[in-house]
Amino acid sequence: MTQEAKQSVITDEMRAVVGVEGAAATLEVEKTNCRMFARSVGHTDPIFYDEDAAKARGYRSIVAPPGFLGTPIFNPSRPPGAPGEMGGRGYSIPYKRVLNGGTEYEYFPENDVICAGDTITARSKVTGFEEREGSLGPMLITTRETAYTNQHGKLVAKMYGTVIQY
Amino acid sequence: MAQVYFEDVKVGDEVPQLKKNCSTQQLVLWAAGSGDFYQIHYDKDFAQRTGLKGLIVHGALKNAFLGQLLHDWAGEKGHVRKFGCAYRGMDEPDQDILCRGVVTKTYQDGGKNYVELDVWTEKPDGAKTSPGTAVVTLPSKN
Repeated sequence: MTQEAKQSVITDEMRAVVGVEGAAATLEVEKTNCRMFARSVGHTDPIFYDEDAAKARGYRSIVAPPGFLGTPIFNPSRPPGAPGEMGGRGYSIPYKRVLNGGTEYEYFPENDVICAGDTITARSKVTGFEEREGSLGPMLITTRETAYTNQHGKLVAKMYGTVIQY
Repeated sequence: MAQVYFEDVKVGDEVPQLKKNCSTQQLVLWAAGSGDFYQIHYDKDFAQRTGLKGLIVHGALKNAFLGQLLHDWAGEKGHVRKFGCAYRGMDEPDQDILCRGVVTKTYQDGGKNYVELDVWTEKPDGAKTSPGTAVVTLPSKN
């Protein structure tokens, strides 16, 4: 390790996006998607599969299993952000490789529980950039927070994500 | 499963373990369920071209396993309020993934009974591939 000062990859245009919410995305929570997600995990609780069982436990409909926050609406005429950009935010990073560092989900059941039939609005923002020297060399760690609001305007979940680029 | 109550839980308690073992079919199910179609999880040639030994289990699936561990433990009257993990190590299909959780803190606030936990997934050699934390609220006996 030399004593030379390392060039930071964090630019002013990146600092400017910290805390700024991107465009809202719409997610649909459908019975079939809840079941598919629950089945792929191996859940056995009937509230994730059977509407009557969910209603008997006080839910509006089939419950979205932990980690399922709805399905983005696919439309081939609206492609996702171009490669090299982070969610279409218009800044680029010199590192080529990307790792998903981890994800944390937070729920607010006192507001509402996500159930089939819900339409969720997701708003995402970068919450910080950090540079670190790791076993893979210099890394940029980007943290991101997404807030999920249902059709009644209730905040139902937040997701905190970490992306590592190197 | 019987409902667990706040009064029955103390720091150091381990929640009942959940053992998983993903077939490649389960990884394809998860790809469809989650919308993550990255080929390193179901196309062995593709995975090996990226330098991997073979297929690997989705990190988010292991996170969802931890969600199941906590959901099943919290029971009908409990709520999983927060959970997540870091994707620290890789797991392969057809190998056991043990999902575990240990209580680190219990407290009451605003009429709710909070339990904090360390959670993780573990390989057969004991390596923790997805370390994380969680917060669950549990019902009170009274």
